[in-house]
Amino acid sequence: MTLALPRTAPDQSPLAIRGLTVSYGEQPVVFSIDMTVQDGAMTAIIGPNGAGKSTLLKAALNIVKPLSGRITVYGQPLAQQAHRIAYVPQRASVDWDFPTEVLDVVLMGLYRDLGLLGRVRAHHIRQARDCLARVGMEDFADRQIGQLSGGQQQRVFLARALAQKADLYLLDEPFAGVDAATESAIIDVLKSLRAEGKTVVAVHHDLSTVRAYFDNVFLINRRKMGEGPIAAAFTPETVQATYGGRLADGQISQLTMGA
Amino acid sequence: MGDEFVILSLAPLLIGICAAVACALPGNFLLLRRQALIGDAISHVVLPGIVVAFLVTGRIAAWPMMLGAACAALVAVLLIETIRRLGRVDAGTAMGVIFTSMFAAGVLLLEQSDTSSVHLDVEHALYGNLESLIWLDATGWSSLLDPRALAGLPPELPRMALTLLAVSVAIRIFWRPLKLATFDEGFARTLGIPVQVLSLGLVVTAAIAAVAAFDAVGSIIVIAMFICPPAAARMMTNRLSAQICWSVAFATLSAILGYVLAGYGPLWLGGTDAVSAAGMIATVSGLILAGVAVIGPHRTA
Repeated sequence: MTLALPRTAPDQSPLAIRGLTVSYGEQPVVFSIDMTVQDGAMTAIIGPNGAGKSTLLKAALNIVKPLSGRITVYGQPLAQQAHRIAYVPQRASVDWDFPTEVLDVVLMGLYRDLGLLGRVRAHHIRQARDCLARVGMEDFADRQIGQLSGGQQQRVFLARALAQKADLYLLDEPFAGVDAATESAIIDVLKSLRAEGKTVVAVHHDLSTVRAYFDNVFLINRRKMGEGPIAAAFTPETVQATYGGRLADGQISQLTMGA
Repeated sequence: MGDEFVILSLAPLLIGICAAVACALPGNFLLLRRQALIGDAISHVVLPGIVVAFLVTGRIAAWPMMLGAACAALVAVLLIETIRRLGRVDAGTAMGVIFTSMFAAGVLLLEQSDTSSVHLDVEHALYGNLESLIWLDATGWSSLLDPRALAGLPPELPRMALTLLAVSVAIRIFWRPLKLATFDEGFARTLGIPVQVLSLGLVVTAAIAAVAAFDAVGSIIVIAMFICPPAAARMMTNRLSAQICWSVAFATLSAILGYVLAGYGPLWLGGTDAVSAAGMIATVSGLILAGVAVIGPHRTA
């Protein structure tokens, strides 16, 4: 098994994780994870259900407190660099019956600019509308969020992240339960972010699209099972090991060999 | 409306409105966070606080009792949050455990200590004494400009007005993070919003409103106002700021209509006595909620 060495040094990496262990109760959910995200690339975090993919992301953002581990963002502690990160939570993690409108949700991405009592000015609104336009949702600005389809909700979340004008984008299952049009709209936006030199990390569950969408993979099943460029790290062997033999051999080689 | 109104009804009406609105405001957020039962919890947990305050001071007075009630509410809030975070259980579960335990502790304390001389009145606790808060020093509308008459206002009025002011200011200042953290807690954390402190602050604000209202108008209003006006308001609109305005309107309407109906309703029906204003205010708020549940424009299935 040949894994390419990380090209970005850890002290330059948009997100470098060392020795991260998180536990809910007795059982560790992720154990002793090291991860070095490549600058300016798109990385997929893949692994079976319950492998700790979302937990890894949440711990990296300090949403859940890890038992141990060190996290640096662009070479500095997370607290100093948090403004450079945009986060797209799982769509199902919020109550979409909340009484608010689409534009309002996107404006939440400007919280760091607005602060506690800052007035929402015309340029804030313009910025939020631009972000909505980028995900193809400009006509839905005044829509109540409860009226959106799953794909539209996901796009609104992405627009909110865009409004944060971050350098590192962390997305938790952005393609879960969305229609094909939304999936291609989202991947277009993510690729345009990469073209701007931004870094994208997404928890991903569809093995068949890993090769088409991403540059790097990070394989996890509670422990790190592999990391590196697709060609080197996304092989039948690593995927089989990650999924613990739960996938059929033919299925795996078909998925990982690609076109 | 004449002088009699100013003397007999002005103060209770204003106190009722202030209490209703002060509870309805934080109720909006508690409802959206699925913590609406906290009002119920607070009205139970204040009992041990009141008993302890009596045991310490040895007399029945408003301030020590309110202080005791507030302390008990704070202890309960801290315990609820602790159980919720450490035990990773639903907020409702944590509340259920705490408020029954603390209520039981209050009863135990009452039974085991020498408080037999004190008459802890159940009816007072439930319905308050809104009708008795009359303004004896007033002679008419002109008394509103008379400093000497104003000094004779029932102390519950400035206390409740101050509470309402404090609650409104707190919600205005923390509006943006409060809304954000209520909608999407995880995202709020990544923005550096101290989610836990904010959540605790909201519950403490609710507890302050509840304890102040509890003293003036009894626990029935507290429990009803935390839930009924916000729940009815939620069905009137799909915007949070509009929901807050609707809840204030519903709370005010309940207080005025409830007070008037309690005083005059039985007379109109041929009866001779008035009924409890607090009970009627709670009833009206319930009827408003029922009405909106039938015709509200933004009901969800």
